[in-house]
Amino acid sequence: MLELQGIAVSPGVAFGRALVFDREGYRITRCLVKPGEYESEWNRLIEAVRVAKTKLESNQLSTAATLGDHLGGIFSAQQQILLDPHLQSELENLIRKKSYSAEYAVSEVFTRYAAAFRKSPSSFLAERANDVRDVERLLLEHLTGQPMATLTQLPHEAIVVSHDLTPGETAAFDRSKVLGICTEAGGPGGHTAIVARGMEIPAVVGVGNFLHNIRSGDEVIIDGHLGRIIVSPDASTRDRYLERRLFRQSIATQLEEIRDLPASTSDGVRIELMANVEFPHEAAACIARGADGVGLYRTEFLYLGHSNEPSEEEHYQAYARVVRDMQNRPVVIRTLDLGADKMGMTHLTEPENNPFLGLRSIRLSLRNPALFRIQARAILRAACLGDVRVMFPMITTLDELRSARFLLRSVAEDLASEGDYIPCAVQVGMMVEVPAAVLMLDRFIEEIDFVSIGTNDLTQYTLAVDRSNESVADLYQACDPAVLRLIQRTQQIASENHKSTSVCGEMSNNPAYALLLAGMGIRTLSIAPAAIPILKKAIRSVTIGQCEAMAWRALRLSTAREVDAFLMNQLAGLVPEIVLQA
Amino acid sequence: MSAAIQHCVVVVKNPEGLHMRPADKLVRTAASFQCQIELERAGQVADCRSILSLLTLAATQGSELILRAQGPDADQAVQAISHLFESQFDEPSAAPG
Repeated sequence: MLELQGIAVSPGVAFGRALVFDREGYRITRCLVKPGEYESEWNRLIEAVRVAKTKLESNQLSTAATLGDHLGGIFSAQQQILLDPHLQSELENLIRKKSYSAEYAVSEVFTRYAAAFRKSPSSFLAERANDVRDVERLLLEHLTGQPMATLTQLPHEAIVVSHDLTPGETAAFDRSKVLGICTEAGGPGGHTAIVARGMEIPAVVGVGNFLHNIRSGDEVIIDGHLGRIIVSPDASTRDRYLERRLFRQSIATQLEEIRDLPASTSDGVRIELMANVEFPHEAAACIARGADGVGLYRTEFLYLGHSNEPSEEEHYQAYARVVRDMQNRPVVIRTLDLGADKMGMTHLTEPENNPFLGLRSIRLSLRNPALFRIQARAILRAACLGDVRVMFPMITTLDELRSARFLLRSVAEDLASEGDYIPCAVQVGMMVEVPAAVLMLDRFIEEIDFVSIGTNDLTQYTLAVDRSNESVADLYQACDPAVLRLIQRTQQIASENHKSTSVCGEMSNNPAYALLLAGMGIRTLSIAPAAIPILKKAIRSVTIGQCEAMAWRALRLSTAREVDAFLMNQLAGLVPEIVLQA
Repeated sequence: MSAAIQHCVVVVKNPEGLHMRPADKLVRTAASFQCQIELERAGQVADCRSILSLLTLAATQGSELILRAQGPDADQAVQAISHLFESQFDEPSAAPG
């Protein structure tokens, strides 16, 4: 049994078999064998070669029969690769002299050849990398006894284990197959974390190097509450976790009973619980969890997993589905929050030294008005179907806000002149994510309808911590007093101007923080759909006076650690039944 | 066993270069001889019994290669293999690799 500690980023406990992926999407199995096992390991490889050869021969025959000898010859050449004497001696060397497992030796040698071919200036040779990969896949399929998977097409249910996952890879997951996620890299505010929460997949990130200690097929437990991963658990550990799972299920049953009741404190103050969503299909989950609306629809996920820019129609269909599924509840659509730190749109963004301080978010949209207009048109069209509101991310200066509003207005005029869609009045809000926006909020507030505090970025920019950098992840604390003061000031200015403030960062997923925010005067929270029931339970268990007392004291503390300890202690006192046993 | 090294220059005539199928044929032909057979391109030497080593030469159309054989049947080997290059490995003329 091997127990590792990482950062808990998406709650829940997952049991399953590991599927280890390397950067190219294949699993690696960096695994060494004991001296006595060299011979059997080598024999395993010989057997795999024999099976692969048979498979290639039958491919050759069937292809030649249907498409001619010429194309069948490809499989003959793949057989040559398989039986290549140089390759064979390299494999034997790695197994006998370097103690590599057969899988790891195959993965090493073939990856090297494929990479060498891919780098070739000759395109015909570069394409041979695929033939090498085909042969590798055949061998690995036999050695591991499993079909080679890609992240989008997992062969069976599994816990995905990897060094890191790009947002695109995470977004493309087949959620019915991914039981849990565990990565060596990453921090609590990273996109793997956000997507995992959105998909309600238990996840632990930032575990550090451990892939050499795990093989595909190993039994794994992911504890998304405590940030633990357990490889090959012993019987008592497994039983303990099964018991804990039962306990959580019983809480879930209790929560189900209050699903359709409002999130009001026991003395009647209503807190709106909205949901953060990435994918259109999540709207149904929001309703099932009793959400009051969608407080943050992260539209950049339309761009993930696509090589082309989505068309206006694709934007529209996605928004329309969410708006319809939410059945007249408000849907706050955030315009694109893309940047060099987020995948995909390589033609829009150059690699940047400091992507978090670079051309991202509203800056990128304003720099690419054509792109922005496509999205704005789709949003305004979707607004005819329900209560749609627009929100601009990462507004830093008044000029940005005015430019964004100007573009939106001109798109509305275009739509009106085309006559097909008469745009409805749409509320426009801004996200408060940089300290500058808080400091200047008294000016911004006159030009917007609502404010939403994005605590993930606000924490990052206030504390100057890259949230995806695991070496400083411990500094990234949304409950840092500096962040709390900015939230408080934002809430005060908005309320003095009779504008609503919501908090849509990950912070409010935690019931203790949610009560603190309620105590600070926040009346709308937007959170992961999965967190809604437990938050509703917490809010219904307290009075607003208790929340205010909590906030009053928390705001007088000096460090994030003190705040966190105080809040957890308060939660344990106020709502003991939801403080889950460790 | 003759120690004499036989060699000659061969030119890749196939439009797609020395790709999978020609290399496959080359390996099969080389395997039918007892002698050691090598191809050299710009200082890089490939063993004719290893398709991966041949492909790594990245020999495109027009590449000139030095064919070398050493061993009892080196003569026949050089003849057979240079014939393969001459006949474009019997590839259909515009066949992609």
